[in-house]
Amino acid sequence: MSTEITTDVVVIGAGPCGLFAAFELGLLDIKCHFIDILDRPGGQCAELYPEKPIYDIPGFPVVTGQQLTDNLMAQIAPFSPEFHFSRMVNSIEKQPDGSFKLTTDADEIFYTKVVVIAAGGGSFQPKRPPVPEIEQYENKSVFYAVRKMDDFRGQDVVIVGGGDSALDWTLNLQPIVRTLTLVHRRDAFKAAPASVNKMKELVAEGKVNFQLGQVAKLDGEDGQINHVHLTTEAGDLSIPATRLLPFFGLTMKLGPVADWGLELNDNTIVVDTEKFETSVPGIFAIGDINYYPGKLKLILSGFHEAALMAQAAKAIVSPGERVVFQYTTSSTKLQKKLGVA
Amino acid sequence: MIIHVTDQAGENHELEGLEGWRVMEVIRDWGLNIKAECGGALSCATCHVYVDPAWTDAVGKPSEEEEDMLDSVGDVRPTSRLSCQILMSDALDGLKLTLAPSAGKD
Ligand code: FES
Repeated sequence: MSTEITTDVVVIGAGPCGLFAAFELGLLDIKCHFIDILDRPGGQCAELYPEKPIYDIPGFPVVTGQQLTDNLMAQIAPFSPEFHFSRMVNSIEKQPDGSFKLTTDADEIFYTKVVVIAAGGGSFQPKRPPVPEIEQYENKSVFYAVRKMDDFRGQDVVIVGGGDSALDWTLNLQPIVRTLTLVHRRDAFKAAPASVNKMKELVAEGKVNFQLGQVAKLDGEDGQINHVHLTTEAGDLSIPATRLLPFFGLTMKLGPVADWGLELNDNTIVVDTEKFETSVPGIFAIGDINYYPGKLKLILSGFHEAALMAQAAKAIVSPGERVVFQYTTSSTKLQKKLGVA
Repeated sequence: MIIHVTDQAGENHELEGLEGWRVMEVIRDWGLNIKAECGGALSCATCHVYVDPAWTDAVGKPSEEEEDMLDSVGDVRPTSRLSCQILMSDALDGLKLTLAPSAGKD
């Protein structure tokens, strides 16, 4: 049975612009639910550059991606938005009454009056290494994540990469596989030193093969690989393998957004600059994912877009209700909502 | 100043760059196939290029952090660099490089 959730607004993407949208919506008494493919808030700020300084957030001479995320989470806390992490929206369907039905890959259904797409560059997906024809093996014998350990039991596994995922899965899978080869381009790892040491012990004991090199080509048929060809400094090498696990981190892809019937401009969603509404009324797009003439992909632009979008969303959520424009500095009503008055 | 860029399809482009710009920015500005997803924050490696061997000395070696980032692409060569980490300067006028497959937009 799918879980069903009914709400006023679903925000897709919990990056800085999406998070700030919860603030602007909250001031207008609109509650929202977030759906994000990552397992925590922050979007690109959390995934790509949590420790990198950002210098162009108004009022903050310097702030890191993580600090900005933490601050926004504190700022929207009074409105208690609900977060649904580690899932992706698969489809959006307009209902006869003008509201929307969203389905996620975690078997949930959201019924909502308004959808706000704040998905940045799209959804984070595993990076696909540039190996010819790798697509035809994906999800059959090439995987970018381990969902079921059993899929690897008794297999000849090749893991590629030098980060924590590659090392962790080398250690976790080694006891159950037939053979395990870890392939990395250099003899240096950006992973927890304890895991690196453990891996080296397994190599010394002959339980794991470590091979310097990069994957050049795959052999196999009907989606099942049988050999992984490597380029190494010592020449080409072919290893018998039945499973390949490349771990090269994440990259953003537009993903299912492309199939929602919205007008697009080169992988971004076309919106107007009054409401930041897409070509489908009731679906808004803010932040890096939208396009309009003069668009600048800046976090501060996304904040502005969130504020204007919220006004338009209010008109859909509470039709006919008069909205009085107020400032948080002077309005006790707003201050009560923020829990400070 | 000029840089010569061969794209993933093998086509050559002569791009005009400005002193102090990152090479990635020049390539992106001219609309070539470079994803440069993190915008130059040394956090994505989708601005990966191969520097022409004649230019590797002038361009220099990647930093430790850049090497770490290069671990996240599957097509590294000895001449690999992340183009957001190369600044345009007189010394690099005429620079020749090739866009790596892993730098392409999908
Ligand atoms: S643009 Fe992201 S590392 Fe260069």
